[in-house]
Amino acid sequence: MKYDAIIVGAGHNGLTTAGFLARAGLKTLVIEKNDYVGGAAVSRELQPGWTYSNCSYVCSLLRPEIIRALELPKYGLQVIPYESGATFDSKGNYFNYSSDHDALRRELIRNNPEDADGYERYARAVMRQCKFIKPLLMRTAPDPTSFNPRDISELLYIGKRFYDLGEREMAETVRFWTMSIAEFLDQYIKSDLVKVHLAGSGIIGTGLGPYSPGTAYVLLHHYMGEVDGSIGAWGFSRGGMGSITKAMALSFQDAGGEIRTGSGIDQFIVKNGRVVGVALENGDEFYADTVVSGMDVRRTFIEHTEQKELPEDFVKGVKRYRFRGSSGKLNIALDGMPTFPAAPKDARFLKGDLHFLDGMEELERAYDDWKEGRWSASPYVDFLIPTQIDPTMAPPGKHYATIFVQYAPYELANGTWDDANREAFAKTVIDKISRHSPDFKNLIVHKEVRSPADIEREVGLTEGNIFQGELTFDQLLFNRPVPGYAQYRSPIKGLYMCGSSSHPGGGVMGAPGANAAREVLLDLGKKIDLGAAA
Amino acid sequence: MNKALTPRPQMPMGALPAPFHDRIAAENVQHSWMNWNGYASPGVLDTAEFEYFAIRNQSTLFDISPMCKFRIKGPDAEAVMNRMVTRDVRRQKPGRVSYVIWCDEDGNVVDDGTLFRRSEDEFLLFCQEPQLLWIKDIAWGFDVEVTEATHDLAGFAFQGPTTAATLRDLKIKEIETMRPFDIRDIKIAGKKVMISRTGFTGDLGYELVMAPKDALAVWDAVYAAGQLRGVRIIGYEALEMARIEAGFLLPRVDFISSQTNLRVNRARNPFEIGLDWLVTFDKPHYNGKRALQRLAGVAPKRKLVAIEVSKDKAAHHALVYHRKTREVGFVTSALWSATTKRNIAYAWLEAPFGQEVKDDLWVEIYLQREIEWQRRMERVMIVERPFFVHPRRTVTPPLNF
Ligand SMILES: Cc1cc2nc3c(=O)[nH]c(=O)nc-3n(C[C@H](O)[C@H](O)[C@H](O)COP(=O)(O)OP(=O)(O)OC[C@H]3O[C@@H](n4cnc5c(N)ncnc54)[C@H](O)[C@@H]3O)c2cc1C
Repeated sequence: MKYDAIIVGAGHNGLTTAGFLARAGLKTLVIEKNDYVGGAAVSRELQPGWTYSNCSYVCSLLRPEIIRALELPKYGLQVIPYESGATFDSKGNYFNYSSDHDALRRELIRNNPEDADGYERYARAVMRQCKFIKPLLMRTAPDPTSFNPRDISELLYIGKRFYDLGEREMAETVRFWTMSIAEFLDQYIKSDLVKVHLAGSGIIGTGLGPYSPGTAYVLLHHYMGEVDGSIGAWGFSRGGMGSITKAMALSFQDAGGEIRTGSGIDQFIVKNGRVVGVALENGDEFYADTVVSGMDVRRTFIEHTEQKELPEDFVKGVKRYRFRGSSGKLNIALDGMPTFPAAPKDARFLKGDLHFLDGMEELERAYDDWKEGRWSASPYVDFLIPTQIDPTMAPPGKHYATIFVQYAPYELANGTWDDANREAFAKTVIDKISRHSPDFKNLIVHKEVRSPADIEREVGLTEGNIFQGELTFDQLLFNRPVPGYAQYRSPIKGLYMCGSSSHPGGGVMGAPGANAAREVLLDLGKKIDLGAAA
Repeated sequence: MNKALTPRPQMPMGALPAPFHDRIAAENVQHSWMNWNGYASPGVLDTAEFEYFAIRNQSTLFDISPMCKFRIKGPDAEAVMNRMVTRDVRRQKPGRVSYVIWCDEDGNVVDDGTLFRRSEDEFLLFCQEPQLLWIKDIAWGFDVEVTEATHDLAGFAFQGPTTAATLRDLKIKEIETMRPFDIRDIKIAGKKVMISRTGFTGDLGYELVMAPKDALAVWDAVYAAGQLRGVRIIGYEALEMARIEAGFLLPRVDFISSQTNLRVNRARNPFEIGLDWLVTFDKPHYNGKRALQRLAGVAPKRKLVAIEVSKDKAAHHALVYHRKTREVGFVTSALWSATTKRNIAYAWLEAPFGQEVKDDLWVEIYLQREIEWQRRMERVMIVERPFFVHPRRTVTPPLNF
C-alpha cells in the first residue's frame, strides 16, 4: 500500500509529526512495534484498578503550541499542575519547595537564613538562561557550516540574542553551559539540603554526577517547561502520561491518519539513495516517498538501515553519539496513603515530588556506584503519589506511587538484569523510602520494576537513556544527533528523524516532532499549521 | 422625655458574613474577600490556579448564597413567569431548571438567571441583580405571591468531575437519574436540600440549596465526604476562569442591565449579546416581545463575540482594531485558558465587524514588563462559544470522574 508519509514509532514525537502531516493533507501511516502507542509517554493498567505512568510521569515541557494546534484538550488531554515538593534528610529534617513565594521564603530561612535571598539570585540566574534558550526550542537549529540563507539568518538570530545579553551575561552563559550543577548552586545556596533538592533536576536521566561539567544545562532543560505561563512548573497529565499520546493518536486519526500497532519495522527500504518505504518484521511492506523515524538515532540508522546506504562519517557520528542509560523506575500500587513521620499530617508537599538525601556527597556517591556498574546503594529518587491529585488512576483511598530512580546502569558489573537483580534493585529503593515512611512497604499491592534494559526492550530507548541520547553540549543544538544532520534530514533522501535524538532533545516536549514536521512539509512545498493563534 | 425614643439599629456597612463564612475563613489563607451583594465572598483562598484546576479535575465548593433569590407562588405563577422571560415557561416541567433572560419594553436585557420550577404553581428565580420590584410590576393583577428569598435560602455550588462520586458516597440515589437541569429534593445530614444538576463551570456539577440554619451541616457533610476525592473550597477568581471557558456571560462585566445603565446607548438586546436561542415568539405576549420581533429582523448594530487571541497574554481591557488602525470594539472578559491552552476572550464589536467582517482584526494588549510598558498587537479570530464544555457534564448517569 502506498502512503504520502510513514512515521515509524508512535512515541509522542512520532505522533506529533504524524498529526501535523495529516493535518497538512498527507495520507499518513504510523507504525508501532508495541501493541499500544505512546513510547515513553504511556499509561497501562497492570494491576486492575490502577493506571500507571509506566515511564515518564510528570508533564511540563510539552509545548502549548502543539497542544493547541493538534487540539489535544478536545481529545481528552488535561494537564494539572502540582504545588510543591520536598527533600527529607536522614536526621528528620526536610526542605519543602513550594510554588507559593511566601511559604518558600519562610522555608528557606528556616533551613538557612541567607538562603532566601540566595535563592532569589539563583532563580534569576536560571530564568535569564531560560529566556535565552527557550525561543530556540521550536526552531530548527542552524547548521553553522552552511551558507544557506536560512541557516545564516538563524545563526544571526541566535547571535543577536546572545549579543543582546551583554558582555558579562555572555560570559555567564558560556560558563553555565559547561558548569556542574554543584558548582552552580554553591554560588548561591548555603544549606546542603536546599542545594541537593535543587540539584536533582541537573542529574535526572543523565550519566553525569552533580560535580560533572554540563549538569547545569541538564537542570535548565527541566526548567524549560511551563504550565500555563508558570515557567518551570510541573504537572500531571490527568489519567497518566498515556493521556497525552492517546489524545495525539485520536487527533491524528480524526485528521484521517492510520495507526498500525503490533509489528515493528525491520528495515527502511532504500532504492538509489532514496527511501521508498518500510518492511515490517511480520513481512508486511508499506510504501511512501517520505518516511520519518521516531526511534532514536542508533536504532534508526544502525539497526534498521543497511549500512551501505549511509556515508561513513555519518555512521561514525551515529556510533559516537552517547546514550548511557542511567535511570530505573518503579511503579507501585498502594493499598493506602503512606505516612511520613517527619512531615506534618496532611502536609501539602506530600502531593508533590519527594526525595530522600542528605547532601551533594550522597548524590556523588550514588553516581560513583553507577560508574562501577552497580545501581546506587543510596539512590536519588523522584517519588510522587499522583493519585492525591489525579482521581482517575487508582480507586479512592488507594494510591499509585511513581518512583524514578537515578542511578541504574545499563550493564551490570555483577551479571545481567535478571529477575533476581531486578528484585534486589527494587529492594534497595523500597528500603530507602521505608526509612522515611515506615508503613510504605506494607501498603504495596503490586509493583512494576524497570531497569534501563527493560526500558530499552519495551520502549526501544537505546541503553535505556530516557532522552534518546545524553543532553550534553556536544550533543545539543546543531550537534544533535550528528553535526551536519541536525535539521531532521538524514543522508538518505526522504528519510527524516523526529525523535528526541534530534534538537532540542528528550522529555515529553513534542518540539522535535513539530520541528521535523515543519522540515518535511517545507521539502514538499507545504507549510506547517501551528494554528492561526500561534 | 418621650419613652418611645429608643435608638433604632444603624445598618452595618460593608460586607456581612454569608452562611458558610466560618468554614471558608478557616481555609482563606490569603484573607482575600470580595463584596458580593453585601456579603463577604472569597476572592481566592490560596492560589487561584490550583482552585481552578480543582474544578476541572476534582471537586469544589463555592458559596452562592449572596445571589438574589425570589419565590413566585400561586395559581398564576406560570403565567407571570411566562409574561416576564423570553423563553416559553409552559414547556418547563416541575422539577426542571432553565436558564432565562428577561427584557424591557424596548427588547433590552434586564437580567439573566436560573429559573427553578418547584411545582405547577411555584418557581424560584436566582439572578445577579435585585428584581423584586420588576417581578412585582409584572405580577400586578395576577393571583400570585412574590417574595424575596435572598436571605432565606443558603446555597453552594458543588462542581467538578468527582462530585457525582462524592454524592454517591453520601448515598444520594437521585443523582443516577438526574439529567442536566433536573431538580430533586434530597436529604444530606438529615437536612432538606434542593439539588439541581446546574452550574457555571461547563463541567459536571450540582447546586445545593437549603435553609440557612441547615447550611453548615450540609456543607460539612459534603466537605467530609469529598476528602478522598480532593474537594477544595474555591474563590471567585477560580470560578471566573471556568465560567469564561464555559461560555457564560456575567452581567455588569459582559453586558449591563437595562435597568441600571445611565447612558442610554449602553442597553443591549439578546441578539446583540448572542442569546437569540433564549428568545421565542411562539408564546403569548411577554415583556419586550414586540420590540424583539422587530429586532429579530434587522442586523444587530454590534455583537458580543467569542474570540481567540494569538500568543499567550490575556487581552484584559483591550481595544479591538480593524487593520490595526480603526477602533471597532473592546474586550470584556479575557483569559489564558489553561484547559484548552488557548487565549480566549469576549469582545463587543461594532457592525459589520465580527459579523460580515471577520478578518484582519487585532487587539491591542498592554503588558508591563518590570515597570516598562509594552504594546502588542495580536491577531483576533472569531470563534464559537463555549470555548470548553466537557462531555462528562451531561452524561447520565454521571461518571465517577
Ligand atoms: C523512566 C522514564 C521516565 C521519564 N520521565 C519523564 C518525565 O517525567 N517527564 C518528561 O518530560 N520526560 C520524561 N522522560 C523522558 C521522555 O519520556 C522521553 O524523552 C520521551 O517520551 C521520548 O519520546 P520520543 O517520542 O522521542 O521517543 P519514544 O517515546 O522512545 O518513542 C519511540 C517509539 O518507537 C517505537 N519503536 C521502537 N522501535 C521500533 C520499530 N522497530 N518499529 C516500530 N516502532 C518502534 C517504540 O516502541 C516507541 O513507541 C522519561 C523517560 C523514561 C524512560
